[in-house]
This record gives sequence, structure tokens and C-alpha cells, in this order.
Amino acid sequence: MKFLNEYRDPDTVKNLVSAINSITTQPWRIMEVCGGQTHSIVKHGLDQLLPDSIQLIHGPGCPVCVTPLAYIDKALAIARQPGVIFCSFGDMLRVPGSHADLLSLKAQGADIRIVYSPLDAVALARQHTDKHIVFFGVGFETTAPATALAAYQAKQQGLQNFSLLVCHVCVPPIMQALLASPTHQVQGFLGAGHVCTIMGTQQYEPICSEYRIPIVITGFEPVDILHGIYLCIKQLEEHRYQVENSYSRVVKERGNEPAQQLMQRVFKGVDRSWRGLGEIAASGLALADEYNQLNAELRFDVSTIQSEEPSECRSGEILQGLIKPPECAAFGNLCTPEHPLGATMVSSEGACAAYYRYRGRQHA
Amino acid sequence: MPDQNLNCPLPLQYDQIVMAHGGGGRLMQQLLNDIIQPVFNNPILNQKHDSAVFTINNAQLAFTTDSYVVKPLFFSGGDIGKLAVCGTLNDLAMSGAKPLYLSCSLIIEEGFPITDLQRIVASMQEIAKQADVLIVTGDTKVVDHGSGDGVYINTAGIGLLSGSTHSAPANIQVGDSIIINSDIARHGMAIMLEREGMRFDNNISSDCADLSGLVQALIQAEITLHCMRDLTRGGLASGLIELASASGHHIEINETAVPIRPDVNSACEILGFDPLYIANEGCFALFVPEDKTEQALAVMHEHALGQQACLIGSVKSVHPKGIVTLQTAMGISRVLDLLSGEQLPRIC
Repeated sequence: MKFLNEYRDPDTVKNLVSAINSITTQPWRIMEVCGGQTHSIVKHGLDQLLPDSIQLIHGPGCPVCVTPLAYIDKALAIARQPGVIFCSFGDMLRVPGSHADLLSLKAQGADIRIVYSPLDAVALARQHTDKHIVFFGVGFETTAPATALAAYQAKQQGLQNFSLLVCHVCVPPIMQALLASPTHQVQGFLGAGHVCTIMGTQQYEPICSEYRIPIVITGFEPVDILHGIYLCIKQLEEHRYQVENSYSRVVKERGNEPAQQLMQRVFKGVDRSWRGLGEIAASGLALADEYNQLNAELRFDVSTIQSEEPSECRSGEILQGLIKPPECAAFGNLCTPEHPLGATMVSSEGACAAYYRYRGRQHA
Repeated sequence: MPDQNLNCPLPLQYDQIVMAHGGGGRLMQQLLNDIIQPVFNNPILNQKHDSAVFTINNAQLAFTTDSYVVKPLFFSGGDIGKLAVCGTLNDLAMSGAKPLYLSCSLIIEEGFPITDLQRIVASMQEIAKQADVLIVTGDTKVVDHGSGDGVYINTAGIGLLSGSTHSAPANIQVGDSIIINSDIARHGMAIMLEREGMRFDNNISSDCADLSGLVQALIQAEITLHCMRDLTRGGLASGLIELASASGHHIEINETAVPIRPDVNSACEILGFDPLYIANEGCFALFVPEDKTEQALAVMHEHALGQQACLIGSVKSVHPKGIVTLQTAMGISRVLDLLSGEQLPRIC
């Protein structure tokens, strides 16, 4: 595959690993922000290739993991309504709410459909005028523009049978929240390449200078990730703290400006709860007031649903690299992949699920 | 080595059936092991192979059944009729049997076009004829409009084993070579692209094919066949994981040795699917003693369905036992684990 194979080339990977080895003089802890990067690191075993002194901390960038319990419960409440076709990205279907997940609701007869684009949900609304179509808009700045476009088109077309349950989140506020914690462990960031494709790189300059931390905008293939790690370590070793773009074949400094303009038009910034991390100021995107007609929370009267996350869960500390999963008292007994209490056990891209399965194997 | 499953785990405690119970992953295994197997429990069922093998009057027979519920009914590279005959022929072939007789049960939805039914049964007969088997019994039921997806087909089949061949998970041995006959993931992606109306500029066709002729060629060449498994639901990874678990051996495969067509690989990349877990309908894994590898490959290369046959791995005497590891292109070893259920497209 063009543009993929060359970024998975074993020889280039080998060269980058030796380059990393040659510049590393002391231990460094680097957080990859995005769940897609975590996925790639684990899938290709990149962490096993790095020198022992380099620790990768898996960040809070898995949209499935961080969507708060209350929104899963709201989704379930809406999807249960007769006459509703509830549309979602595929991997949200298996995320447990307080009492159920969308997959089991589907098994009970609810009309729940996987869509690949929010615009597919808009098309469904035009096809099924006797039904009400709801799209569950989750994820970071990567997926937010498509949700914004769906809302914009539905408004333009005057669709009366379409609404959106919007729970988008933004990356810079969560990075700032992690760094503001006095006990944080992160010394450098691999910035989320796809998010920056939309938003550009400028947003990260203030974080770099305020917290004196390197941020290297990084892609998702093995060569991309190792190159990002290389640039990050180089900055750390040279005591530099800059935004560097290692993913320039995709990411431009100013990002995708039409997408940003559309997001500004359709969304407003809100405080948002993150699963496992709690409420973070100005970290979410919700539909702007002019789009109230399309707001599923208002239409289905679910905005008051509150869900308590289990108090035993310490995934917030795990996401900051403060503790390892086995140090959490709930790990492996109250909290398992089958019955996860928090973000890092919900997704096996998360540290808890990986540790759980590893230990399970060792004892088998 | 950490056992890192890349899919969000599915809660495994359901009090009703969900689609993932049919997905060929951990939930399906749980359904079989906890609900089905203990009730029907008997030594033949417990062989846990694609066909049940038993002896009647000194004749060793293989017996199997399968139901077909594919949507769409007609797809690039085949239709539900071709699938229903090939699938059952392949299940028989995997035990080393020569297929002889098939049954055909049709559950048809009210309103289904007769012309479509004609196409489907003609397609079944065409494959049966090519495979030299007879469809000798059957049943027809019609259900209310809305109670089925056009037509569901069940086929059962009987085959005869020749004296020496006995392919079963228990016969897998340390040192065995693992060969597959073709590139993987074509059927699942062809169905997926048609079902979802994906507007890819693609010509990905299902690999749906009758493998019994190829298997018979191997048997006639007197190649010792320790085990064969067709790599249907759950794909190559799930098939090998089941065999590793059933045989108690450590299976190791090389990522770079597994053939995947570039267009199939691209479609998987775009949708976020791992081709190792995508269904095949004309692809099987073969376990042979290491010293028979070249001979087996030569026989397969002579056959239309084996021209791409290649060695993808081997059975190791290393710990832990009962698992499958993948040697990645980067030189890293990672465990392949059963998925909880079906693969779901990732958000980003």
C-alpha cells in the first residue's frame, strides 16, 4: 500500500531505533496522546524495541475510553425510545453504561446502526421520514468536523426527524490538565497527528512554553511513531521545548481552516467530564444554541441524566503514569475487562486491560 | 510477552443472544462450551473438529452441518447457494473425507422472487456437480414476510474417509509446518463492502470455493495430513487459536509470510479491520510434518486453488503452550488472541 508500506519498513524502523539508542543518555517518560498511536505501538511491538530507559505512557486519547458514563447512559435512554434509529460509530456499541451497552439493547430489538460517517445518518433521516434518526457524535477534533457538517446540512435541509447527541472533546485542555497536576510524570508528548490535521499546530505553542515540555506532532505508522520519539528525545536531551511537526506530510501549521470554521459555527465550548479523569474546564464541544432544534439531549429530555463513576477506580492516576494498574485495589477483582470500572479497563488499548491479560496468561 | 488484545473487550455476561455470539470469537466459544456442549456431551462431539468422524460397519464416515444466513444473497464471487455447498464440502474435506451426499433445507421468506430461488439452487447444483456429490434430501419451509432475510439455507453432508488419513487437532505435532493455500480475507471484505454499499473502486470478490478436490489431491499424493482447518468466521487468527488451544501446542506464524492482496489490505486499513480475523470461504490451513512441506506445496501449486500456497509458520516446542504468536515484520513477537465478538469499525 502506497503511503503505508514505506512507513512500516523494517529497515527504516531498525535505523530509527539505533538513532534513538545513540542519542539517549538518561531515562525519559514520553506520553503518546492518541489511542490510535497506542494501538500502533502495541500492535507493532514498538515499545519492545526501545531502550529500557524510555518509558511510554499511554495517554487519554482513546475516544471510546474517555466518553463519560453519563453520555453512554443518555445514548442508551434515547436508543430505547420507539421510533428511533440510533446511529453510532462501531466501537462505541460495546462500551458499558451503568446497566447495559448498545449491543445488548440492539439484541432486545432497538434499531441501532453502525455508520461510517455522520452524513450516512443524515441520509437515513431523508430515507426514513417516519422515524427519528439520532447520531452519537463522540471523539476528538478529528471526528468533530464531520459531526458539525451533519448538523449543518440537517439544519440547511430543514430535517425535522434528525438530531445529534454530541459529546466531543478537545486535546489541548486535557494535556494542560495532565501537566497542571503537581505529580505528573510526563516529560514529553507525541502530539496526536489526526487532531492536528484539523486544528494545526499553533494551539500547542502556549503549552510548550508554559510547561517547558516538547510536543512532537506524530503520525501513526511505526516509522512515524519512532521518528516522533526520536525528535522528542532529541529535544529533551538538548533541553529544548518546542512544537515540532514530524507528520508534515499530513499536518499543516494552520490545519484545515474550513473544518475549523464549520466547528466554530456549529459548536460551543463547554466544560466536560472525562471518564476516569473527571471534569475538565472548556474541554468539550456541544451544539451551539442555534442548533437546539437538533440537540438530542433536549429533544429526548435526557440532559439531566447523571451517572456516578465507581469511586474505587484510579484510572485517572494510571493515565497520568502515577501508578501501575496492579497498585489499584480494584484491579483484577472488582474491575476486569468483562466488568470494567474505568477508562483504562474499558479499552484494552488502556494500560489496565493489557496488564490484566498479561497477568492472566502468566498464571495460566 | 504481554498478551495485548487491541479490541475493546466486550462484557461477556449476557442474558440474551447478541450478534457477537455468532462472530467466531470468545463469546461464541463461550456459548458452545457453556450452553451447547455440556448438554449434548459425547465423545464424537468432543472431537471439536469441522466434521464429526465415526465408524459404521468398518466404514469411517465424516458428518457435518452448517447454516447460511449471508446478506446480501448475491455477492461478487458467489451467492448463498454456492456458499452453502462449498462450506459443507469444505467442512467434510477438512477431516480428510471425500464428500458424497448433501442435504439442502431452505427457509424462505414470503414474497421471495422465484427467479432468485432458481438462481440459488442452480448455483448449488453447479458446485455439487463439479465436486461429484449428490444433493439427495432436503426440506422447504416458508416464513412470514419480515421473519427472514429472503432465504436461509442449511446443508448437511456425509463423506467417506480413506484408511490412512486422519486430520484432527489432536494429531498436530511439534515441528509441523503450517501451510495456507491462498491469500486471506477476501470473502469477508467482499461481503462487507457490498453490505455497507461502500463506494470503493474495488473488484474484491469472495474466495468462496470447494476445497475438497485440492484436499483429495494431497491425500492421493500420500502426504501425511496432521490437521486441516478452513479459515471461515474469525479468519486465520481465530482458526489457528482454536487449533493451538485444542492441541495444546504453541503455534508461531510470520506476519510477512501471510499473503494478503493489496486491495484487500487497503480496504481493511480504511475500515480499521485486522485481515487476520476476516472470514475466508476458500482458504484453509494445513499442518504437515516438516519433511513433507516441499512435497505438499508442490502438490498444491499444481491445483487451481493452491497456486498461492505458502508456508506461514510452524508448531514450536516453546512455552506458553496452547497459544498463537505472530512474528511481526519488525521482528517482534506478539500474541494473537480471540476477539470477544465481531470486529467493529474503529472511530479513528
